[in-house]
Amino acid sequence: MSKSNLPPTQFELEISDDLKTEEMTLSMGPQHPSTHGVLQVILKTDGEIIKSAEPVIGYLHRCFEKHAENVTYHQVIPYTDRLDYIASMNNNLGYAIGLERMMNLEVNERAEYLRVIVAELNRIASHLIALGTYGLDIGAFTPFLYVFRDRELILDLFEELCGARLLYNYIWVGGVAYDAPQGWIDKVKEFTDYFEPKIKEYNDILTFNKIFIERTANVGVIPPEVGINYGVSGPSLRGSGVNFDLRKDAPYSIYDRFDFDVCIGKGEMGTVGDTWDRYWVRVAEMFESVKIIRQACDAIPEGDAKETVPRNIKVPPGDYYMATETPRGELGYYIISDGGKNPNRVKVRSPAYSNLSVLPAIAPGVMIADLVAIIGSLDIVLGEIDR
Amino acid sequence: MTAQEIYDTLKKKFPDTVLEFNSEALQPFIKLDAEKQFYELCQFLRDDEAMDFDFLRCLSGVDYGEPLGAVYHLFSMKHRHEIVLKIEVAREGGKIPSVADLWRTADWHEREIFDLYGITFTNHPNLKRILLPDDWEGHPLRKDYVTPEYYNGIPILHPDTKGKTNE
Repeated sequence: MSKSNLPPTQFELEISDDLKTEEMTLSMGPQHPSTHGVLQVILKTDGEIIKSAEPVIGYLHRCFEKHAENVTYHQVIPYTDRLDYIASMNNNLGYAIGLERMMNLEVNERAEYLRVIVAELNRIASHLIALGTYGLDIGAFTPFLYVFRDRELILDLFEELCGARLLYNYIWVGGVAYDAPQGWIDKVKEFTDYFEPKIKEYNDILTFNKIFIERTANVGVIPPEVGINYGVSGPSLRGSGVNFDLRKDAPYSIYDRFDFDVCIGKGEMGTVGDTWDRYWVRVAEMFESVKIIRQACDAIPEGDAKETVPRNIKVPPGDYYMATETPRGELGYYIISDGGKNPNRVKVRSPAYSNLSVLPAIAPGVMIADLVAIIGSLDIVLGEIDR
Repeated sequence: MTAQEIYDTLKKKFPDTVLEFNSEALQPFIKLDAEKQFYELCQFLRDDEAMDFDFLRCLSGVDYGEPLGAVYHLFSMKHRHEIVLKIEVAREGGKIPSVADLWRTADWHEREIFDLYGITFTNHPNLKRILLPDDWEGHPLRKDYVTPEYYNGIPILHPDTKGKTNE
């Protein structure tokens, strides 16, 4: 890119002229275990040091957007589950709210509270996977077992609520698919009481482990202006110290009623915006999610959660861009309606897609082993990148 | 800044580029002409102190039936205001100046639109397919796209839906 006026990438290779070196092209993935799915990265390396990294995506492409044009508005929801398959509740939520705003539809209070509870539970489940697999990438196996033990409890709660453990199809336009069964809210409260002390356990075993800090601090620094320019969002951007959380900045659903903090990276172990900061933001966000869930469980009113679910969805012609904060960042649905039964266009602005696009900018100059740490810290899900 | 103020400023500075403003829509948008100073307008939006649109949230391709189009959702981290830009181009041989060096996130989004809609972005550093294989034929998100029966000898359509996909 010749006419760019952005700052150059942070690491410049210094190689003296008389040294004879040879560049090697290395293909990492698409079956590499630390690429979190089917991501291929073409690396040009100088010994152990990366000179350039080019992600190759599309191995999981199913053309969600074409499918969405051929089914009715309601039938799109199960497809959204399959975008970011470890945070499906959050995917449902953005699409449903987008349509409700186009239709100017009020949603039942109880349904709103249930939505926030399941979205935040799902955020915790997703961050737990991010933590566990990140430890696995770095070489720590044990934390993976700990987080899956606790994630299991969240999946059990979801199973009781809607019958599914991974792809829920739970949040519908105008409300939710099922009201909470009797005693479910108490079980969620019990879970939060159980879960909060467990976060300290992860911190003891992984977060403040000396080897882990040595592997992650000062690695893969994303300067805030570079992150913003590359469209990075969510914990990956907040790790760079940018205070940007759509739950606070553009509140949707009933997020404006809850008291919680936006967690940002402060560079406690190294530089602001390194991989440890991004990791730490996720740990801190689990505390905040627990706070939100507690408040929602205390305030949830009685009522019929399916009261406002319309039988037929009629969307007036127009377009709307709805952005929500998922565990990975800003998930946007750009929906165009022509007044018919099917959406005319559903574009998904996938957070992991933009987060991954920053890789070529921060990879040059790092070791191959550190690239694994960087990819893990971006917490990508290929189902969402390829759509 | 409100959308109205942004429109007034742009209209004054780039009278030829700005075609139309719609404030009735749920999210107000400005229609632009891709052939006249579009890149300069984007540069102004990014660099001007009062505008300071540093975050390109979303860049979507659209098939409007006859023309194709692109929609830009811009956001400013500092001023927390936003604006929507819309462009229409011809179906065959449509060209839009690339903004990939203003907002680097546009790099992948423009490649995606090129891949799925076949709109060319001039001055793009690396315009090639991103989601589909390099030897794929056609642009699937166009409304008149006909799914091929075979890709390199591999059957694509399910036997039940063969020939029925475009009913």
